[in-house]
Amino acid sequence: MTPFLVVFALFIVTPLVYSMYLSLFRNQLMGGTTFAGFDNYVTAFTDPKLWDGAGRVGLFFLVQVPIMLGLSLIAALAIDSGRLHGKSFFRVALFLPYAVPGVVAVLMWGFMYDDRLGLTGSLNDLVGFPLVDPYTKQWILTAIGNIVTWEFVGYNMLILYSALKTVPVEIYEAASIDGANQFRIVRSIKLPAVRGALLIATIFSILGSFQLFNEPNILKQIQPALISTYYTPNIYAYNLSFTGNQVSYAATVAIVMGLVTAVIAYVVQLRGTRRDV
Amino acid sequence: MTITRNRRVAVGAVATLLAVSLTACSGGGDDDGGGGGAEGASADEIEAALQEGGSITYWTWTPQAQTQVDAFEKAYPNVDVTLVDTTGAGDANTKLQNTLAAGTGVPDVVQIEYQSVPQFQLPGQLADLTEYGFDELESLYTPSTWGAVSQNGGIWGLPQDSGPMAFFYNQEAFDAAGVEVPTTWDEYVEAARTIKKNDPDTCLANDSGDPGFTTSMIWQAGGTPFQTDGDAVTIDLADEGATKWAEMYQPLIDDELLCQLPGWSDEWYQALGDGTIASVALGAWMPGVLEDGVPDGKGKWRVAPMPTYDGTPTNAENGGSTESIPEASENKLLAAGFLKWLNSSDESIKAFMDTGGFPATVKDLESADFLGYESEYFGGQKINEVLAAGASDVNEGWQYLPWQSYANSIYADTVGQAYLDKSSLLDGLAAWQDENVSYGTEQGFNVNG
Repeated sequence: MTPFLVVFALFIVTPLVYSMYLSLFRNQLMGGTTFAGFDNYVTAFTDPKLWDGAGRVGLFFLVQVPIMLGLSLIAALAIDSGRLHGKSFFRVALFLPYAVPGVVAVLMWGFMYDDRLGLTGSLNDLVGFPLVDPYTKQWILTAIGNIVTWEFVGYNMLILYSALKTVPVEIYEAASIDGANQFRIVRSIKLPAVRGALLIATIFSILGSFQLFNEPNILKQIQPALISTYYTPNIYAYNLSFTGNQVSYAATVAIVMGLVTAVIAYVVQLRGTRRDV
Repeated sequence: MTITRNRRVAVGAVATLLAVSLTACSGGGDDDGGGGGAEGASADEIEAALQEGGSITYWTWTPQAQTQVDAFEKAYPNVDVTLVDTTGAGDANTKLQNTLAAGTGVPDVVQIEYQSVPQFQLPGQLADLTEYGFDELESLYTPSTWGAVSQNGGIWGLPQDSGPMAFFYNQEAFDAAGVEVPTTWDEYVEAARTIKKNDPDTCLANDSGDPGFTTSMIWQAGGTPFQTDGDAVTIDLADEGATKWAEMYQPLIDDELLCQLPGWSDEWYQALGDGTIASVALGAWMPGVLEDGVPDGKGKWRVAPMPTYDGTPTNAENGGSTESIPEASENKLLAAGFLKWLNSSDESIKAFMDTGGFPATVKDLESADFLGYESEYFGGQKINEVLAAGASDVNEGWQYLPWQSYANSIYADTVGQAYLDKSSLLDGLAAWQDENVSYGTEQGFNVNG
């Protein structure tokens, strides 16, 4: 146990404690760093910028995650069905975007979204009217959701697919002898089998959604006015710390969001495991 | 089974929390004050230190830096200068701020944009160069650049370059659209209409909302929206100059007369080369950028004075930077020697000017060689005559905010929205003002806005 505890203390406990320590101070250009008690927490709970960002990632989680996991599930079932020709090809092809570095993926999509030079422009020229315009206030969040889905469908598919692989072949044989068709097998055998894996994938996706940073932060370089400095809580914390000279408040924002995320993940886990019984 | 697992998780969580709070109690006080009196030195002592030698680190994004450092090391073979390319002003600020906060790996000499000097000076992070006798160098530099490095009773750097604004235009694109060079802003807006009408894919200028450009334009219009005196800051982004600029500029946004490419992107450079963007109003360092980044534009570009509001020549600075010595540098004496050589010796300034640098030193700005230089890129035009004349028209009294780089970072959230929604620039400026007032107050300033 000791080696584990040492590593745990060093890499998990220390950064957390240090952030909590930082969050009790106030950084000022005039006046330097002074002790502020829980003032930062009081500010954070009524900070409209923080809750604007939190609301956005919450919405993102509610819409993007079900779509992404739904697609992953369909893909996993299709590959597992044994009726798909070239299933290893599809498995690798779907997983490939996950292997593309996040920054590269966003730059690539960022270019395709451009309505002058990118794919979007060509598409709009083809139909003759602006069919899609990702770089607008209405569509930018959807555009980010599309990138994230593209990146992570394959990864989640793999989690679900490995869960399906653990089902013994005899069960399927028994089901067919009992006269179950494919849909029946999916509903009564496969879906219950992936429930645990689906819960894990959901929890990963909660963390991913609430920590959304890379995609909007890179698109911000291309479209600075569309993505604000507090677009997501992580972007907000980053800007507070690195351009705003407010390391302590940034730490507070990070801790508050960490707590919010932990609570949501915990609730989802409770619900998920209860059904499991 | 499930219940046991959950309980174990809960126990673990409580243990972690306990560990967290226990360690939190033992976290000692942290003293983050900057400053501390540095011992000064005379010119002789600095020279002696240079002869004796040692090693220093220099952070810069100046393209000519390597040439300058090589020449310096040749003149002072005992000094070893480690050059670190910080690629650009934005990244450099962040990097410097982090290093200063960490307290290790602090450079000995660092390039800082004029507008960011107060941000590092106020918390006591820059060395006062008065102690090294640098106040005697004042007469070497233009008043506006010297003003940018000397404030709050000290000297915080030596000016490297200056950026009086000028109007750079693509003659070929102007001819194609049948447009004359605008001398007033009214003519400018008309020219923008004509060019757009002639070819909707082209435009007179590109601007998707740039804080450096906006502040310079307000400056050129005679505005002084930011005034700082110690910890007292006044912000008025609806003053006469700001309003004048916003009202002139609004039609360009409303009628979609501007291109909105991200500045400094590959697309932007390309558009400057192929005539899509017919002009830019930027600092006098722009010829170097054009020659370097827009080879296709060779022979097509020309320069003219900035358009005016009522015919009276008036100008502003755009960009420009200084080299400074952080208070936390471990070798300030040697750093002072290098800095003095870098920004006041003929040899170094010549190396800087040879490849398009626009100096801050009066002597060089007035030299016949400099003024008579015929730029091949600009079709043989004597560009420095125009640029240097622009330097003498710069409006006095301009100040940046003590937190200008932060202010610039939230510009897109506020003024940038006007560009995006075709809404009122004045409203955008008002929103920018509000954000800055609350930030300044949080940062311990006495803000009046």
